[in-house]
Amino acid sequence: MIEEVGTTEQGDLVINVGPQHPSTHGVLHLVITLNGETIKKVEPHLGYIHRSIEKMCESLSYRQFIYVTSRMDYLSSHINNHGCALCVEKGMQIEVPARAKVIRVLMDELTRLASHQLWWGAMAMDVGALTPFFHAFREREAINDIMEETCGARLTMNYMVPGGVMADIHPNFQKRVKEFIAFFKTKIDEYDELVTGNIIFKNRMIGVGYLSPESAVSYGCTGPTARGSGVSCDIRKLYPYEVYGQLQFEEVTVTGGDCFARYMVRMQEMRQSLSIIEQLIDNIPEGEFQAKTKAVLKLPKGEFYSRVETARGEFGVYIVSEGATTPYRIKFRSPGFSNLSALDHMARGHKIGDLVAIMGTLDLVIPDIDR
Amino acid sequence: MKKITMLSIENITHSIDVWLNSTFNPTVAVVLESLIVGLSVIGLFALLGLVLVLMERKVSAYMQIRLGPNRVGPGGSLQTVADTLKLAMKEGLTPDGADKFLFNLAPFLVIVVAMLILAPVAFAKGTQIWDINIGVLYITAVSSLSVIGILMAGWASNNKYSLLGAMRSGAQIVSYELSAGMAVLSIVVLTGSLQISSIIYSQQDGWWLFKGHIPAVISFIIFIIAVTAETNRAPFDLAEAESELTAGFHTEYSGMKFALFFLAEYVNIFIVCAIAATLYLGGWMPLHIGHWTGFNLVMDYIPSSLWFIGKTFFLIFVIMWFRWTFPRLRIDQLLNLEWKYLLPLSMVNLLLTTLIAIEGWHF
Amino acid sequence: MIDMFLKKYISEVFGAVRSLLKGMRLTGYYFTHHKEIITQQYPDNKEEMKLPERFRGEVVMLHDEKNEHACTGCTACELACPNGTIKIITKFDVTPEGKKKKALDTFIYHLELCTMCNLCIEACPTDAIKMAQNFEHSVYDRSKLTKKLNKPGSKIREGVE
Repeated sequence: MIEEVGTTEQGDLVINVGPQHPSTHGVLHLVITLNGETIKKVEPHLGYIHRSIEKMCESLSYRQFIYVTSRMDYLSSHINNHGCALCVEKGMQIEVPARAKVIRVLMDELTRLASHQLWWGAMAMDVGALTPFFHAFREREAINDIMEETCGARLTMNYMVPGGVMADIHPNFQKRVKEFIAFFKTKIDEYDELVTGNIIFKNRMIGVGYLSPESAVSYGCTGPTARGSGVSCDIRKLYPYEVYGQLQFEEVTVTGGDCFARYMVRMQEMRQSLSIIEQLIDNIPEGEFQAKTKAVLKLPKGEFYSRVETARGEFGVYIVSEGATTPYRIKFRSPGFSNLSALDHMARGHKIGDLVAIMGTLDLVIPDIDR
Repeated sequence: MKKITMLSIENITHSIDVWLNSTFNPTVAVVLESLIVGLSVIGLFALLGLVLVLMERKVSAYMQIRLGPNRVGPGGSLQTVADTLKLAMKEGLTPDGADKFLFNLAPFLVIVVAMLILAPVAFAKGTQIWDINIGVLYITAVSSLSVIGILMAGWASNNKYSLLGAMRSGAQIVSYELSAGMAVLSIVVLTGSLQISSIIYSQQDGWWLFKGHIPAVISFIIFIIAVTAETNRAPFDLAEAESELTAGFHTEYSGMKFALFFLAEYVNIFIVCAIAATLYLGGWMPLHIGHWTGFNLVMDYIPSSLWFIGKTFFLIFVIMWFRWTFPRLRIDQLLNLEWKYLLPLSMVNLLLTTLIAIEGWHF
Repeated sequence: MIDMFLKKYISEVFGAVRSLLKGMRLTGYYFTHHKEIITQQYPDNKEEMKLPERFRGEVVMLHDEKNEHACTGCTACELACPNGTIKIITKFDVTPEGKKKKALDTFIYHLELCTMCNLCIEACPTDAIKMAQNFEHSVYDRSKLTKKLNKPGSKIREGVE
């Protein structure tokens, strides 16, 4: 699938973008081979923020390793923790009470909204409009305040435990979420007015960075990156977990394959998340928020895999256990790594300005890629 | 009535001129006048830099739902003083392998060009440094020289990023001068003269934006877009696109030389807005409506320098508004916009204006 | 043919200008309405700033008026902590009946290593520790970040097991 572009010819410029750069969303080092202004090859060099998380988890117990995954993809920290908790529960056959399931899904969808809001602001900033970034953070602050009241932290919330959630929701939670829904509904129309309809923005995004559905599947892209090419891969619909099977929402796919299609997928996903939250917020069942488990968790010998849909794609947790209190090997399947591998394919033949737009629509978070 | 007219700038300059000529012999008087003018231009630059940078930061802050600088000085007014102090004390690095002569010359060239363009601009009634009879032509010609400074800066920095940025900027400025020139030409056709003072006096019974109805409005819009591109301002600021190529052609500059580039950009904005105000909105001429003499007399009470400053700063605000709302255009889209849209439109507009001027169909 | 092209050209130009003006209207609205500004002027508003009670600032040990705490020295928190932030030093107290009982000597808490994950608070069987809402932890000397959580001269409350 990857054609070898010949060795650099005379007159080619080799440029380093990053690792310190205002638009690489983290420490990503790209080595770009240019011919004039046209890109011939993009080579990502990773590893600048590799912290050996998977090795560290081998010395932590099954309750302790969950907090580290918040630091991997810090914008969907709840969803990452959720994936780990699901895997442990699968191994130990723990039954999660209904109230905890609904609370988990609510937190997941709020996190997805917050992540997409930040993506929107950062994407607009990369393309050149500096104002939407601040508007996006105003909404994100509202979500962060809600999280702060219930979970205690704003970014790396260690709130999911195997068996349920750490503490019950705050009495103010439902009221604040309802206020937030009403507030955000007016703002999301403003987003469309300010950025989506803008002719300059459309010219920068339409026709740029085409990814065909076959390429998307072959590179392993998941999440909005693949859904923007028409590939249906939403884990919440294909392998429903928690209460997603009983909710009414649509999987958003847009055929088009270019940057604008991926942009529209995320904008519509924000609206879908809002509708899921609306469906659930009044129907939180009563009950326990945490199942009773043993004090020390020991998974039986074997291999367990569970997957969740983060804001970037499919996040998988694979635990190999030898029957001890600490896992033998944990592997995290990060969505950003596969999405990044398609960057070279998408960027060939475009200009540098387009490279920034393409990276913006891939929504990369580098600590997620490097772990 | 008498007291107000005593304070106008025209009277001040006139009285200084009379005093100098009576005390010294004519040659020395001319030399001293040039010295005073030069010093006041430099002072104006410094003041403009201070005010415009602060204005940009405050305007951008309010549009982004936040407060701007509000710690240094009351309401943040001394922020630029602090910034200038910082820039003056910074170490000015020259990169290894850079062409030293060109590297040091580039910022000075850009500033000198900015100063030269100030000459024909009329700040108030009777306050014009040089009322040359080809004023408008002089301005468009001299403003093209700033491209040389930018290309020098990009080349001499010995840096791939700077070179790319300078090349883009050069192409952009040269293309947009065409549209800007044509837009200016339409007003020249309506007025019949290239001299700034006669253009202003011809707007005595109303500004050209209103008198010249449709063609004047179209050419005003084209002019504003073209000068936004000429001064490398967003949405056409690829040359300094911070999120793409670090800082484009002035990546390698630091300290006082960077301060000069920075200052020159803001002064350029002031100058092009002043020209737009002069050509379309009447310069220092108050708002007169045809033959409503009562209304006109009332408008004349407001001093002419205030009219000029008000109009110029309103246009500067509009240009800042553009910067903080729109994303950036790519280089090929930018050139596309110019050659396929702005240039044909401005040519058609010029024809239309000529037709209107000949037939006398304007007010 | 030419008028189809002309119509398309003109409508393109008008559509473009209209979309740009819509965007400008929004930023113009925010420019004129200063009530929408949500900036909190931080060092000046410390009195009005109230953090939620569940906010994870740092771990503190609760002491009542008689300078007594509830920590039995069971080291459940030390075992639950993922990265060795807590170190408990115990000593042996002699009870009135003459038996030896384990009691807390010092509770060392490394604030520089703490990730505020809340696992220690969950693990404590007697609710002796809780999270405080203080987030201003900057110090000039690193050794100030190693804290002893039990106050000097304090001892365990009666009846806590």
